[in-house]
Amino acid sequence: MFGLEKKDATLLLIVAVLTMCAPFILNPFPSDSGLAQFNAGYPDLMQRFVIFGIFAIGFNILFGLTGYLSFGHAAFLGVGSYSAVWMFKLLSMNVIPAILLSVIVAGAFALIIGFVSLRRSGIYFSILTLAFAQMSFALAYSVLTPITNGETGLQLSLNDPRILGTSISADGGIPVTQLFGIEMRSTYAMDVGPWLFQFNAGYYLCAILLLLAFYLSIRIFRSPFGLMLRAVKSNQQRMNYTGLNARPYTLAAFVISGMYAGLAGGLLASMDPLAGAERMQWTASGEVVLMTILGGAGTLIGPVLGAGFIKYFENIFSKINDNVLHQWFAFMPDGLEDFMVTIVHPFVGKGWSLTLGLMFMAVVIFLPGGLVEGGQKIGKLFRRKKAAEDTSPAAKTPAE
Amino acid sequence: MDAIILQILNGLDKGSAYALIALGLTLIFGTLGVVNFAHGALFMIGSFCAVTVQRILSVSFKTVDPSKTDFLGNPSTYDTPYVVHWFGPEFGAGIIDWSVPLAILFAIPIMIAIGFIMERGLIKHFYKRPHADQILVTFGLAIVLQEVIKYYYGANPIQTGAPEVFRGSFDFGVLLGFDPNVIIYPYWRLVYFAFAAVIISAVFAFLQFTTFGMVVRAGMADRETVGLLGINIDKRFTIMFGLAAAVAGLAGVMYAPINAPNYHMGMDFLVLSFVVVVVGGMGSLPGAVLAGFLLGILESFASMTQVIDLIPGINQIIIYVVAIIVLLTRPRGLMGRKGVMEE
Amino acid sequence: MGILEVKDVNKRFGGLQALGNVNLSVADNTVHAIIGPNGAGKSTLLNCLVGKLIPDTGSVMFAGQSVLGRKPFEINQMGISRVFQTPEIFGDLTVMENMMIPCLAKRDGSFRMHAIESVLDEKALREKAESMLEEVKMLDKRNMHAASMSRGDKRRLEMAMCLVQEPRLLLLDEPTAGMARADTNNTIDLLKEIKARGNITMCIIEHDMHVVFSLADRITVLAQGTPLVEDTPENIKGHPKVREAYLGESA
Repeated sequence: MFGLEKKDATLLLIVAVLTMCAPFILNPFPSDSGLAQFNAGYPDLMQRFVIFGIFAIGFNILFGLTGYLSFGHAAFLGVGSYSAVWMFKLLSMNVIPAILLSVIVAGAFALIIGFVSLRRSGIYFSILTLAFAQMSFALAYSVLTPITNGETGLQLSLNDPRILGTSISADGGIPVTQLFGIEMRSTYAMDVGPWLFQFNAGYYLCAILLLLAFYLSIRIFRSPFGLMLRAVKSNQQRMNYTGLNARPYTLAAFVISGMYAGLAGGLLASMDPLAGAERMQWTASGEVVLMTILGGAGTLIGPVLGAGFIKYFENIFSKINDNVLHQWFAFMPDGLEDFMVTIVHPFVGKGWSLTLGLMFMAVVIFLPGGLVEGGQKIGKLFRRKKAAEDTSPAAKTPAE
Repeated sequence: MDAIILQILNGLDKGSAYALIALGLTLIFGTLGVVNFAHGALFMIGSFCAVTVQRILSVSFKTVDPSKTDFLGNPSTYDTPYVVHWFGPEFGAGIIDWSVPLAILFAIPIMIAIGFIMERGLIKHFYKRPHADQILVTFGLAIVLQEVIKYYYGANPIQTGAPEVFRGSFDFGVLLGFDPNVIIYPYWRLVYFAFAAVIISAVFAFLQFTTFGMVVRAGMADRETVGLLGINIDKRFTIMFGLAAAVAGLAGVMYAPINAPNYHMGMDFLVLSFVVVVVGGMGSLPGAVLAGFLLGILESFASMTQVIDLIPGINQIIIYVVAIIVLLTRPRGLMGRKGVMEE
Repeated sequence: MGILEVKDVNKRFGGLQALGNVNLSVADNTVHAIIGPNGAGKSTLLNCLVGKLIPDTGSVMFAGQSVLGRKPFEINQMGISRVFQTPEIFGDLTVMENMMIPCLAKRDGSFRMHAIESVLDEKALREKAESMLEEVKMLDKRNMHAASMSRGDKRRLEMAMCLVQEPRLLLLDEPTAGMARADTNNTIDLLKEIKARGNITMCIIEHDMHVVFSLADRITVLAQGTPLVEDTPENIKGHPKVREAYLGESA
């Protein structure tokens, strides 16, 4: 199907079903129950899932396949956001030209940065990309203020000279982003008993683009080009002596992953038309690295899992406060309850970053292959158990 | 001329901090082959040692003063730090005033302990892992340390004063024969520079004149050979890590009066220190020191209004621009040895 | 005029003269062995041929074209493949994937964006790779992770990867180093077969005299960076200078 192997087609299908049904799947708890706090089926959160999924898929094409660890990928996301907002300001509120421009501009930007950075490898490459990203960040805050609007961030205003469209909407406000008339913010709410399911136009646009991005990444992974990228990671010396020039391959991977980041940035701006320099900061770059590693670098599904995982728990953890904690531990005796709350308190709410950092370390130390590897290990364990119970000779697992 | 000297002086304090952090980074990279992204966090922890010592010394008890009342008619209270109570008003107040330099004594054991724990507990397991893994795990550690500090000390910068005698500025230009009021320089920055110079010399002397230092230098040149000699190099490298942590910590302690400690200062300095190491040459100690001062001074030159008028924003990016140029034209850095991680 | 012509090549590392006025002519479709004691400059010479090192002076001509100043991948595209002293393979990939890479490089050149097609659709190349694997008796290991194989298998794979490119010149840097006797004999047989098929020139650096004498058509003895003598194996065996400089030392 779609020119994919059966295994890959199944994976794509699973992701398609999951993203399309996300408003149901992510809202398993009735909205008036105590567990509703674990729901994630809100339009803006779901949008973030898929947008960062796209970002991580793109990052994985570079890092997962070639092993080049970029610490400056957020710069491309930021550039994409700025381009999209400018498109909204100048051309039209339709998201298509905005997204196209953000992909193209981010790609061009990645071409320049990649051309320079890829002259080095290993840690030097990481530091070069980091330096470039920090430079972009510093410039966006200072000199480039006419383009980026500095600390305030770039926003739409009532006197934007929109060529195709109006500066002011009929009700006197700023027009909203749309796709041929479908407003990105429009949401259809469905009440089913105590459940509330929300279907958001913007989310579905992002989800379709995620599927396209995911499909393309599968094709790249299985292509001769993808094989060459893995060869870069595995042994550059042998690659050279096999008559292959590694640099254009890595540069192509860098530009492709930069364009993915630009797409993600463009989508962020399409959902909420503003762009700020903080999107380019190196902690933002670190976040996408974390998503990819946590999910499983070099695997197809890993980055999507990682992005969803981190964005979901970011949302949940940030919402938890001491009251919620006291509810949780209410079954314990008073002293123990207070003790538990004190223990857990630093890790939730504003302490999400601390949890994130700890998780980061734990994954790198104990599970370098990420969630996907963890899943495989558990799967193998079960299979072995089963095989042992059947007392049949263990089936040879085909090498991946 | 006076403007040039002024900018050089202005660059010295930042340059000193860069040099000290870069020195530790290089020591760790050169000996252990590990890229430590948490080194900036150690610098930050050092700064917070100064904050902590000042707070500890200022711990006070309340005394009720019945002779005065506040506007509600209650007897007013006043705070007396225990230190003042124990050592008398003059000496006790002096101790509090000197809390930043005193924090050095407090910081040394703490930083060495943190360094030991980090190396034995975490870094040790990453010697044979790829550089990317080392970067990632130390990056995670940096986030953790930063967030822990943020949790206990809050997100706002904490002003930490230098001792009374060193507050204020003096006319440095007069000493050099310039007109008065041309080159005004804060005392503490000069103290910081002198302090950095002492630490750097001490590290170099330690490496040059002790057997321990000799082994470490040999280890930096060729880790495997030293291992073959049967020297327990790992233990020495642990000590080395502790030393590097202490250097970063001390740099942080003394920097507290210059830059009010905040939780993200580590990250800010780390990125720049990495650039410094790269410019100086991975694995070259003199290179790190030289590049630290050079870039600090360069940054201060780029901050001159005349320069900013010429190239807007140059002060923000000068260090990165230099790093990119150096990496592309002379990848081993100013003083790096040939072949050390060039590709 | 041989396929490979090395003229007056000099290479210094600091104060050390690694190669001094090396002249070497390798005739087309022959096996040429280069022997010499450790530190004689054999590996340096090889590195000069493949673009890893650039000689200080002199020229290296391959099939009438200079290789100097070209990058390793360009030199490989000219038709020179190299087997390393320790096998250089793509450890993270499967044996079959290892084989596909040289096949693709041979067909598509040093860079081509085939980002949408699947590797599995490359039927012709896969068949070519499989028949090469068959030839080195590794077809049953096609789905194995290359890194998990034994050293002997790794070297056979590396050789297969070089041969599948059908190079005009194959450079072998101690192809039997660290191998068991049986493996060594297998390797000799393999190389003999390749030689018999024709249209390939081989240049071997080797310490094992058994290998050298059973394969080589001509032998160059290198000592202290300079060719001592060049002759047929029969003459080399009895050459007094060689016995003194090399064989005598190892005996």
